[in-house]
Amino acid sequence: MAEEEKKDFWARFFGSYIWKSIFRVGIPRDRRGRLMQVLSNFFLHLHPVSLPKHAVKLKYTWCMGGLSFFLFIVLTFTGVLLMFYYRPTIEYAYNDVIDLRETTPMGIMREIHRWAAHLMVIAVWFHMFRVFMTGSYKAPREFNWCIGVVLLTFTLLLSFTGYLLPWDQLAIWAITVGSNMAAATPFVGQEGPGVALLSIGNVNLIGRTSDARFLLLGDTSIGAGALLRFYVFHCVFFPLIAVFFMVVHFWRVRKDGGISGPV
Amino acid sequence: MADSKQDQADKLKAAGAGKAHGHVAKGHVASGDGQTRRSFISWVVVGWAAFAACMGGLATITMRFFAPNVLYEPQQTFRAGAVSEYAPGEVSTRWKSKFGIWIVRLDDRVVALSTICTHLGCTPNWLASEQKFKCPCHGSAFRMNGINFEGPAPRPLERHKIYLDDEGIMVVDKTVSFRQERGQWDEPESFVAV
Repeated sequence: MAEEEKKDFWARFFGSYIWKSIFRVGIPRDRRGRLMQVLSNFFLHLHPVSLPKHAVKLKYTWCMGGLSFFLFIVLTFTGVLLMFYYRPTIEYAYNDVIDLRETTPMGIMREIHRWAAHLMVIAVWFHMFRVFMTGSYKAPREFNWCIGVVLLTFTLLLSFTGYLLPWDQLAIWAITVGSNMAAATPFVGQEGPGVALLSIGNVNLIGRTSDARFLLLGDTSIGAGALLRFYVFHCVFFPLIAVFFMVVHFWRVRKDGGISGPV
Repeated sequence: MADSKQDQADKLKAAGAGKAHGHVAKGHVASGDGQTRRSFISWVVVGWAAFAACMGGLATITMRFFAPNVLYEPQQTFRAGAVSEYAPGEVSTRWKSKFGIWIVRLDDRVVALSTICTHLGCTPNWLASEQKFKCPCHGSAFRMNGINFEGPAPRPLERHKIYLDDEGIMVVDKTVSFRQERGQWDEPESFVAV
């Protein structure tokens, strides 16, 4: 009796309006059912309905693209948590980072964030290396290679902007050195080649308060402006752009003939 | 009044055919509401041009937004005291942290050396025992007069404008710099003679 009631309950549950409004397709019982399940589910549709056998061979892909994305998710999660404690001002930044280590519960999130950041840069380079060595950049995937180069750039920019946030001596001088390279950009950096061409009479259009470095730092040297700017770039601006390119990157993997395999 | 879709399609076809055979003047085929192909294309061009102009304007003001008008940085011009306050052969670090300047009294002149390493912008340290400026970032070193002699720095430290005001006090103006490699170190504004 109880057994039958139980059965009856589940039958009503799976047949209910609410359940069916969420899961349009019934429990898959054959290949067609499984395909429909994948096609009608947002989270599953990111994957192809069927995979070539070589796609799961770790020896070929090293799973480096997947690992890069996994690390990005780890970094997003831990990064958002850090934002609850870290304040990007000269007064608080360094002490907040110390507090994360010394007093904050689960302050290890900061260490995870840092290690994952290092690992992501490594994983992205290895992913690129794998794609290059297997010739997977060739047609029809040449455009996706270019998207990948953009993603590599944003990985490095995220790494660079995050470098300043601990606000210790290493951070300040590393970013001093790094941002001085922006001053050497052709035409838009005050020390770059071609900057003399951009002048009216004796007046240079590009100077110490109008060149690429100044726009990056919001100041002529690393200070409060640069810290806040790098924080916003690091936490909002660059991740959003990176996600946008990732979406296109993953979509193109599918559209350019699926994951590449041995010839 | 309004043509059916089929009619419009026919007219477009006729226009295409006419163009091919030269029977109908190009761009003068009216659709139901008096719209010609030519006027339609003009509006499309105007529309896209306006859109591009808006986007260009938005990009420009966004870039401008990133360049603040007011900087809360130390004064670029400051009074550095009388010449007699500096001993001969002395490298003074008195103004280093506040204004980024070393006052150096050489044999025949006092100069204002910039504390920015010419390699990648770190701040070197004056090592009195070795009589040199040594940069902690990548090891560039400069002699007391600012000439580079070891490490990756490609050129000497810059000197800034220095002069005596009416009261005989030295004034340093950081907005003007003098570079040795451009032969500017003998310009009269680049030093105070002693």
